[in-house]
Order: sequence, then structure tokens, then C-alpha cells
Amino acid sequence: MARVVVDVMLKPEILDPQGQAIAGACSRLGFEGIDQVRQGKRFEVEVEGEVDEAKLADVRRLAETLLANTVIEDFEVRPA
Amino acid sequence: MTARVGVVTFPGSLDDKDAARAVSLAGAEPVPLWHADADLKGVDAVVLPGGFSYGDYLRCGAIARFAPLMSELVPAARSGALPVLGICNGFQILCESHLLPGALTRNSSLRFVNRDQVLRMENTSTAWTNAYDEGQEILVVLKSGEGGYVADEATLDRLEAEGRVIARYVGANPNGSRRDIAGVANEHGNVVGLMPHPEHAVEALTGPSTEGLGFFTSILSHLASGTPAQV
Repeated sequence: MARVVVDVMLKPEILDPQGQAIAGACSRLGFEGIDQVRQGKRFEVEVEGEVDEAKLADVRRLAETLLANTVIEDFEVRPA
Repeated sequence: MTARVGVVTFPGSLDDKDAARAVSLAGAEPVPLWHADADLKGVDAVVLPGGFSYGDYLRCGAIARFAPLMSELVPAARSGALPVLGICNGFQILCESHLLPGALTRNSSLRFVNRDQVLRMENTSTAWTNAYDEGQEILVVLKSGEGGYVADEATLDRLEAEGRVIARYVGANPNGSRRDIAGVANEHGNVVGLMPHPEHAVEALTGPSTEGLGFFTSILSHLASGTPAQV
């Protein structure tokens, strides 16, 4: 078994109120110098056999079909 | 013949019974549809009700989009033949299915909003809004945590230019929706998505008004006007 990681983030132009709330909590907790936080999702996909280009292409197709909504989210696929 | 309007139940749907009741009150026959059946039972129109299909896992509507029933519904709706109204979670499912542009995101307040809400009706020529007058204000119910309508500026401009915004929030924007948009239609006007709940405003006993009933009487007029009912 091998693992492929898919990171999904809201596109930069989409407001992220959860990230803003976290950034607000940072300053209340005394973590200084934090300008902005954006919250995303990480998927760990276990695949059979080796992670080759074909497997990565499969996972990329999975990401754009299901894991991410490409209207509002970007994604990155990489071997773990 | 009485129009038959399907109401889909997904695991986690909440408002399917209320939607079916609104269909009855409008004078049509509600037909229960089950998400796992790849069969629309020959209905003339479909309502995708509110709730939390599949627990809102992954994203609201993201799993429901791939339910077996949707494989028959999506092409029929996309072609302009099958009228579909998506309310709240149903609106999210329509966006995830790419039957409507844009997406619904977490309310800007991060709080679930549950209140009576005034809407201003804009496009009143669609299959689901023809009972209203343009500019008419109606009082319905808003109850959602992820009701913020977003799309890129070019898409928003196109929706406005093509008259595809069907309703806007009146007063303070409740959820951060771009341009106060509460509902949109596809280019044929057969597919309509609305974040607030007209089906909860159909009876004086339980609703803040009866002004939501127009969505359900609209589809009857639309079907009676002789447009193709089904592919």
C-alpha cells in the first residue's frame, strides 16, 4: 500500500470566515505576528501498489470529481 | 390530469415531508422518490428538499450529487425538460451537480441562521416563480449554516445580465451571499435553487406567512402551459 495526499484549499478570492475566526483567536492567545490563517482539508488516499504517474492521474481525477469543488477550491496531489 | 411532483428523500433529508405537503396544498400530487432508485417514476417535476444529505460530509450536497437517482435527474434537468427546484440543501446539491453555477459556503457570521426572512422576487418567468410579481416582497423562512452564495465576478455579472437571479435578501444580508443573492435559475428557467424555505411558509398555522406557496403553484401553471414535461 502506498499513500497519496490531496490538499484542498479554498481559492484565494473566496472568503474564509473559519480561517478569519482562527486568526482572531491567535491574537487573543498571544500568538503575535500572524496576519492571516486559511483553513483547508487534507485527504490521505491509500492506493494499491506503487505510486506512479498513472496512479497520481487517477487520484487527480478523483480530486476534481469528488474531493474538491473546483468552483471554490484548488487542490494539490502528491505522493506521501 | 393532476401534475405529479417528485420529492426526493436522501439519507439526512429533513424537509421532504414539508415539501410534499406544500406540493399537495398547491394542488399537485406529491410522489416520494428515494435517492437510491435510479427511477424518477415519470414525474413532471422534482423538488430536492432541505436537510443534511449524507450528513453534509465532505461538502454540503457533494455526496448526494452522485446518488443513483441523480444520474437520471441531471441530464433531464440540464436539457431544460425537467423542472427541478432545490431548496437549501437541494440548492447545494444543484450547485455541486453543476446544474447551477456558483457554490454555497459557510455563513460569514459562522453561525447557523434560523429566522423569518423577507425576499424580493426578481425573475418571475421561471417554472418555479411565475406566480409572483417582479419586485414582490415575500416572507419565508431561512435556516442554514452554509447559505453564503459565491461565484466569480464574471459569473455573477452574467447571472445579472441574463436575469437569472430569482430572489434577493431584503434588509441585512444574513449569510454573506454575494450581491444578496438568495436564489438563481439555469439558462432555461427550469432549474431553480433557493436557500430559504418557501415550503415552511404555506400555512398560517405553522409559517410566518403563506407567501411561499407561489413556488409550488408556479410549477402547476408552468406544467399546464404545455411545456414538455419529461424527456
